[in-house]
Amino acid sequence: MSVRTLSINGQQVSAPAEATVLEAARDAGITIPTLCHLDGLSDVGACRLCLVEITGSNKLQPACHTRVAEGMEVQTETPRLQQYRRMVVELLFAERNHVCAVCVANGHCELQNLARALGMYHVRFDYLSPTCAVDITHSRFGIDHNRCVLCARCVRACDEVEGVHTWDIAGRGVASRVISDLDQPWGESTSCTACGKCVLACPTGAIFRRGVTVGEMERDSAKIRFIVEARNQRW
Amino acid sequence: MDATELQAIAERNRAARKRIRLHCCTSSGCQASHSLLLKQGLEAAVQAAGLQDEVDVAGVGCMGFCGQGPLVEVDPDGLLFEYVTPDDAPAIVAALSGGDAPGVARGNLRHPFFARQQLVVRRNGGKIDPERIDEYITAGGYQALARALHDMTPADVVDTITRSGLRGRGGAGYPTGLKWATVAKAAGERKFVVCNGDEGDPGAFMDRSILESDPHSVLEGMAIAAYAVGASQGFLYVRGEYPLAIQRLQKAIQHAKKYDLLGTQILDTAFNFRVDIRIGAGAFVCGEETALMASIEGRRGQPRPRPPYPAEHGLWGCPTLINNVETFANIAPIISNGADWYASIGTAKSKGTKVFALTGNIRNNGLIEVPMGTTLREIVEELGGGAPDGATVKAVQTGGPSGGCIPAHLFDTPVDYESLAAVGSIMGSGGMVVMDDQTDMVDVAAFYMAFCMDESCGKCIPCRVGTVQMHRLLKKIAAGNATSADVALLKELCAMVKTTSLCGLGQSAPNPVLSTLTYFPEEYESRLRPR
Repeated sequence: MSVRTLSINGQQVSAPAEATVLEAARDAGITIPTLCHLDGLSDVGACRLCLVEITGSNKLQPACHTRVAEGMEVQTETPRLQQYRRMVVELLFAERNHVCAVCVANGHCELQNLARALGMYHVRFDYLSPTCAVDITHSRFGIDHNRCVLCARCVRACDEVEGVHTWDIAGRGVASRVISDLDQPWGESTSCTACGKCVLACPTGAIFRRGVTVGEMERDSAKIRFIVEARNQRW
Repeated sequence: MDATELQAIAERNRAARKRIRLHCCTSSGCQASHSLLLKQGLEAAVQAAGLQDEVDVAGVGCMGFCGQGPLVEVDPDGLLFEYVTPDDAPAIVAALSGGDAPGVARGNLRHPFFARQQLVVRRNGGKIDPERIDEYITAGGYQALARALHDMTPADVVDTITRSGLRGRGGAGYPTGLKWATVAKAAGERKFVVCNGDEGDPGAFMDRSILESDPHSVLEGMAIAAYAVGASQGFLYVRGEYPLAIQRLQKAIQHAKKYDLLGTQILDTAFNFRVDIRIGAGAFVCGEETALMASIEGRRGQPRPRPPYPAEHGLWGCPTLINNVETFANIAPIISNGADWYASIGTAKSKGTKVFALTGNIRNNGLIEVPMGTTLREIVEELGGGAPDGATVKAVQTGGPSGGCIPAHLFDTPVDYESLAAVGSIMGSGGMVVMDDQTDMVDVAAFYMAFCMDESCGKCIPCRVGTVQMHRLLKKIAAGNATSADVALLKELCAMVKTTSLCGLGQSAPNPVLSTLTYFPEEYESRLRPR
């Protein structure tokens, strides 16, 4: 295994040559906030929360999509990065109808945790308050688009892990919506295997198991990685 | 087909040429004003006057002076008729034997609009029939490809393009030779050449005009590029809103294949190159190279992070060369006339000419091609003739929704990549929208932001939601409901969206706001209400 040595926030870190900056940081106990990243799934660099500063690069780079390099100097917590991350979360809260108090994921929500961790206490932007549907046509699961952050983790889990690709995204810009099959009600999807991986992958309360109450909304999103690793090692 | 046969075709055509050729523009703009009927009218009038042995009527590509169309030019007499209707045809034909075609507006080919131009890319525009490959060959077409294939190695071609100093005409200005060298060096048995014809900036129609007026010049450039980088498959990505361009390209590809100028064993060599057209479905973001490739592959047209760049990881993971239409149209002249010739045009860092679509509040609307380094003042005042109806020009917007507004006091800025960036705008693909003193700059910023908001693909959060929020703030300011806190928030958001967005669309979306905030702050401040 070939190894690279780099510095993250001044701390010397070594990592396998194929590791991403995000992996190297986590390995060294340095937390970089993420939302669209989920261990086990491919990275798309869409949420921009894991952007870091790299000496010699005039652009911010997504840690999830940037390979480590020898002598690389990475900064993950500059005031500018902190400010941008807070704004990203602020924009998300303004985009759809995120009302924590009545959400099945309250207390177990990555968006909520991010807001808390990044110090995003209030939203300065207009709430867009879009009209979003709730689809509970599926017998076991439901999707509430009011709570969706378009991270596309469900799309990737379904496509890459289950191998089905029931989910995709239709429309563009803020009008983008996660859809099942050809924009049919989830319950009428002919491809969905009801495996529940999208429920595991969803960071918010957007995709949920029907019939669970707020207090029971705990889930094990690490299971995605477990499945992928188990497969790779051919258990 | 080989080089001598190309020459033979050219000579045969020259010999068959009649004494007079009437050039009638048949590009989209003039077609919309009935130039096809006009062409039929001219043909009928020539017949009626018994001049069919002396006069040819040719449907040609764009002459550039689009605001004055439809245009008819008499070659070689140098007469130009403007705003011609089908009813004017007999009068124009009568004027051929001396006379002055009463009632038909006369243009002047010595007008600065024409005289100040230097035609490299648009060398054949308005002169040849784009639907006849023989006319392109007669104008010297495909000689550069023959020269590259017979007399040059791929490395020679890359070297010539590098030394010419040509930079990407899609807007960012990346050195073309360097890009070609990277793809040429990239390991991989399959490589691709892609032509980006997804021109989408509001007010920009340079690439459409090139594709409609001289499709073979783009095909020839692509073939030379494919030879240089070692590709045997090309894709021409053209937006679906350009039906005439697509139709002419299809015809051009067919004709070139028939002449063995595309396909297998091109010009009797071992070089093979196939070109297919892919039609865009109306997303602006598909002009971004990684989104464009996703679209060609049949996936959702969304950008992905770079690196890896297409040069190493492009279409289906293979090394891919992506250049814009205008870049490819520059290639054949560079190979024919040499790198030194090209490098002698333009400025130290920006070589060659650039085509601009001059539109907005300006007297002479249309397409112009000028050497890099020409000042905005020369373009707006001399070629463009200033604002109509006695108004004064207030600003020029370059680079579309990714660019900025340059105020009149900076009109001595030379048009080159670095100078435009220094004043807060960009070269962009070549859109140039002139604004007069009646223009409201907050409205302008809101217009471009609405465009970016509608065209954001929705993948990354800063662009998807940030453009909507910037647009809301701009509308609030325009309506007089904003305070200085809103302007501060707008500035903060601009910086964030510019720095953190995934692709060029989001990274440049704040530019129209930032440039108008810099140069026209009073238009924002005068509308604020006290806190």
